Amino acid sequence: MSNSPRMIDVRQSVLSKNDRLAQELRARFDAAGVRVLNLLSSPGAGKTRLLEETLRRLGERYRVAALVGDLATDNDARRLARSGAAVRQIETGGLCHLEADLVTSHLEGWDLAGFDFLFIENVGNLVCPTGYDLGEHGRVVLMAVTEGEDKPLKYPGTFQWANLVLISKLDMAEAAEFDAAAAHESIESVHPDVTIIATSARTGAGMGEWMAWLEALRAD
Amino acid sequence: MADEAARKAEATQVTALYVRVGALSSVVPDALRFSFDLAAAGTLVEGARLEIEELPVRVFCIHCGVESELPSPQVFRCPICQRPTGQLVQGRELELTSLEVE
Repeated sequence: MSNSPRMIDVRQSVLSKNDRLAQELRARFDAAGVRVLNLLSSPGAGKTRLLEETLRRLGERYRVAALVGDLATDNDARRLARSGAAVRQIETGGLCHLEADLVTSHLEGWDLAGFDFLFIENVGNLVCPTGYDLGEHGRVVLMAVTEGEDKPLKYPGTFQWANLVLISKLDMAEAAEFDAAAAHESIESVHPDVTIIATSARTGAGMGEWMAWLEALRAD
Repeated sequence: MADEAARKAEATQVTALYVRVGALSSVVPDALRFSFDLAAAGTLVEGARLEIEELPVRVFCIHCGVESELPSPQVFRCPICQRPTGQLVQGRELELTSLEVE
């Protein structure tokens, strides 16, 4: 044991434990042939409503499942289960994001090979979840027409992280005086080549394009 | 993590922690400083100095073939040719670089 001051090299990501678990998850998902999506938005942007409609439509041709993260309550899981899909709730007990070990523990007992798609609805939060890899194949960020077109500029790290940006609640665009061009401009400012799809779970607008994006991910 | 590394190196006290935080890491240096003392309490890290190196966003431009620093994380454009670029090179780091120990 030495008492003279010295330096120790660590050079390790603070999230390396999560990253390792996420890699294990991704390997399991790949082996089972299931495509996994990590869904993110601010609270109230319509993740659950969109997911409800997604599970219903996709469920006509594929075997679908969902893990739903919330600080508390299993309301969302009960709501999504009505689509007939396999659904489980992850109550984080106050944690503002999902971590890989929470996903791992909530998959227990599920035969992953029995699913084509697994959706992980993250906790409503546009900051912390982006630091935590969950082993997903696609990262989807939702932004509602009611949120303000400059949201991507306020959360550049999140929109930069996304593989797909879904604009939601398109049916309310007129009432919200949503400026689609301005929204596209701010999304593209922080993430120039990202795919953007405008959707409405209520009217079905854009849902076909979203389904096609998912199917393309499956073919990858 | 720092406590573990220090124990492995048979140190008795950590006097400083060097961390690197990227501009897009979703970690705010001030919040990190604030929570540091709480997290350090009761470990070898208690009382250590926290040295945070803030890393700006860097991108690679395929047109210019060079890497450069972005003046703002809100505008992903090559500062040289002004064309959009999505190729992030640096900015998501959250890394414990080194420890000063006794």
